[in-house]
Amino acid sequence: MPVYSKKVMDHFMNPRNVGEIENPDGVGEVGNPVCGDMMTFYIKVKDNRLEDVKFKTFGCGAAIAVSSMVSEMAKGKTLEEAMKITPRSVADELEGLPKQKFHCSNLGAQALNKAIKDYLSKKKKGGNK
Amino acid sequence: MRKVYLDNAATTPLLPEVREAMLPYLGDVFGNPSSLHDWGDGAREAVASAREQVAALIGANADEMIFTGSGTESNNFAVKGLALAQQNKGKHVAVSAIEHFSVLHSARTLAKWGFEVSEIPVDKYGVVNPDDLRRSLRKDTVLVSVMHANGEVGTIEPIQELARITRERNIPFHTDAVATAGTTPVKVVELGIDALSLAGNQFYGPKGVGALWIRKGVRIMPLLDGGIQEEGRRAGTENVPAIVGLGKAAELAKIHMADRIKRLTPLRDRLLKELPGRIERVVVTGHPRNRLPGHASFCVEFIEGESMLMLLNSRGIAVSSGSACTSRALKASHVLIAMGLSHEIAQGSILFTLGIDNTNEDIDYVLETMPPIADRLRQMSPLYAKFSKTVKGGK
Repeated sequence: MPVYSKKVMDHFMNPRNVGEIENPDGVGEVGNPVCGDMMTFYIKVKDNRLEDVKFKTFGCGAAIAVSSMVSEMAKGKTLEEAMKITPRSVADELEGLPKQKFHCSNLGAQALNKAIKDYLSKKKKGGNK
Repeated sequence: MRKVYLDNAATTPLLPEVREAMLPYLGDVFGNPSSLHDWGDGAREAVASAREQVAALIGANADEMIFTGSGTESNNFAVKGLALAQQNKGKHVAVSAIEHFSVLHSARTLAKWGFEVSEIPVDKYGVVNPDDLRRSLRKDTVLVSVMHANGEVGTIEPIQELARITRERNIPFHTDAVATAGTTPVKVVELGIDALSLAGNQFYGPKGVGALWIRKGVRIMPLLDGGIQEEGRRAGTENVPAIVGLGKAAELAKIHMADRIKRLTPLRDRLLKELPGRIERVVVTGHPRNRLPGHASFCVEFIEGESMLMLLNSRGIAVSSGSACTSRALKASHVLIAMGLSHEIAQGSILFTLGIDNTNEDIDYVLETMPPIADRLRQMSPLYAKFSKTVKGGK
């Protein structure tokens, strides 16, 4: 019996939106190598919507699949909608994650959140958007 | 797709000759070895001859062998049973920091029962220094356990030298030889030890069977009470087919050991030498020379072991990893950390453990498959991006 669902395997084998964005509007980094996984999300915002989302991830199969899924879920959403993505909704979209992987690898929503907050705080300080 | 099994440390396949030897005991010869009738006789003889075969593998006497259900049981039995049997002499045990969990956690259980436990450190190759063993000994030390070889990094320990130290002080010495017995020459008298664990599925025998050798005269407290099987030291009806399989595997290992080592060593050395040549920033873990014949282990920097394992699996290659993500406990390998590797590097752990079916073509396939996989994961890795920007001056 495989450990991961078909959906997780699909996102792990063919991750969407891998990479960095040049001059991103927001960056969010979570995790560290000690706990196993590390994710960095980059976002580009236009008219309050996530025009582009990219990520880089160091970690296990679940961590990579989670990042890919979050990027896919977030792209095109308004900032408010994107902030509502949770570890639970990501795991559901992935048709489940192994129990022991739920917490450590499921950092994607948090990283995205951090990138959005980074954007908002830059904007507040009088950035160009 | 080519299929290449390189996870023989997890388990070896069962040899056809071993399976053949086992079959009668899954069929007509079903008796209980404790029974006094003809049915019992057949099973009893089979167990007795397996005992001779396993003893011969390690140069021991048959009546010193106790059959168990696994290497893990043998280690539990040795650590707990030997310590408990001598607890009137003292309540201190010393084990190396890189022991298998079946030894380490047994020692921790002893600690809950009032014993004190010292963990003997290892050097960067995973070798126990005799001086460190000496330093960890006390007047009330009643047991030392150091593994013969480490299954995760392949390093072979200087058991003979270590056991000499404990013998001078009359402290029983146990070695977990699960990784070596049946694979490399193991002779209990030469090693100068008192107890040794081995397991069938490490040398082409069945799973679910192991053995513990205890030198005559060394006392051990049984962990399983019941009947008088195994001279009363391990109660429970014997797993006759598995014991027969273990015996046959031991016999074959003894006959073919030199040939197997001769075949495996150059394949291992190709991996150890050529993989770091094909991928930048790969470190060999464990001792460069004093290591198991079929064992090549590495840490690939900036990427994580489980994702490497999964991508290799998708290309038909089976390996394992000591990364935190692959362990059910989600903790970095205690072996790699004890050797002084950082958590970050330990995450990139990957091990190739070769078996008698592997060929030079298998190694070619691994060497060509692995670099694009490492590259693909590195393109995704924020750690690699940082490395490229700072160390390499940007791309």
